[in-house]
Amino acid sequence: MSISVRYFARLREQLGRSGDELDAEGIRTPADAWARANGGDTLPANTLVAVNQDYASLDSTVRDGDEIAFFPPVTGG
Amino acid sequence: MDQHDANRYSRQIRLPSVGEHGQQSLLDARCLIIGMGGLGSPAAMYLAAAGVGQLVISDFDRVEDSNLQRQIAHRSVDIGEPKAISAKRTLEALNPRCRITAIDWQLDDEELADQVAKADVVLDCSDNFATRFALNRQAFQSGTPLVSGAAIRTEGQIATFLPQDGGPCYQCIYPGDLEGEESCALEGVLAPVVGVMGSMQALQALLVLLGRTAGLAGRLLLFDALAMEWQSVRVPRDEACPVCAGRKAVHDGD
Repeated sequence: MSISVRYFARLREQLGRSGDELDAEGIRTPADAWARANGGDTLPANTLVAVNQDYASLDSTVRDGDEIAFFPPVTGG
Repeated sequence: MDQHDANRYSRQIRLPSVGEHGQQSLLDARCLIIGMGGLGSPAAMYLAAAGVGQLVISDFDRVEDSNLQRQIAHRSVDIGEPKAISAKRTLEALNPRCRITAIDWQLDDEELADQVAKADVVLDCSDNFATRFALNRQAFQSGTPLVSGAAIRTEGQIATFLPQDGGPCYQCIYPGDLEGEESCALEGVLAPVVGVMGSMQALQALLVLLGRTAGLAGRLLLFDALAMEWQSVRVPRDEACPVCAGRKAVHDGD
């Protein structure tokens, strides 16, 4: 099994891909998933996280088969 | 509702979800819109066109040449005018029966609290976190529904917060100590992206006024224009939120 990671809007553009499929072994939180997928690149400040379309924090628990989504913050108008 | 209104709004009245009763609710309603830029322009124009009885529009900026690419309530001849005054003219021409109150100065806390409390629904069409947090606090203090929209580059976000339902607030999503403001001046913005999000704000405000809030509660919608994708995220209330924690839903009883 694996964990799906999705990047939205500006994050998708910056990373040049819409997502990653990761081996679930050793991934306990969205922060772990980001680190595995993006190596040394730090997560941009204020990025929003959802797990299975539920709003979540970077240190919330993720399980095998979960989908993690990362969204950039937006304040313009 | 007289014959003029029955005719003017006939295409809305025809809808089972609106009807004469719903249209009358809109005619009797008062909306506060903070910001008459890219989001506020289409939001205010749709609400005026749809027959909302009274709009209070607030913006202390003046119209600049570089606004006109996306802020559709303003025209080239309005450059240099306060945005609130320029937008008032557009809205009155669109619907002379809609009562428009233009506020072209920066509201202090007391004035903002007063305006939020008087409104049936508030639309946050501002462009900065400080205003968003202040508006969120006032909305939850007075129990006024808040439709919060944001857009920049080729992306947008929208959520409606319903203090009376015991749902989450803006600060449950974004912690109150956020820094690192982004602006359309620096980041750029594709014109219709603010149109999509501002129109969606008008739509959600109408749903609030019509009492059709089931699809809005606890949802954050995210729009990615380049991918042509919407995402919906369920947002719970943050039990440690300094703004809304400890609030009870009004219909919880006891």
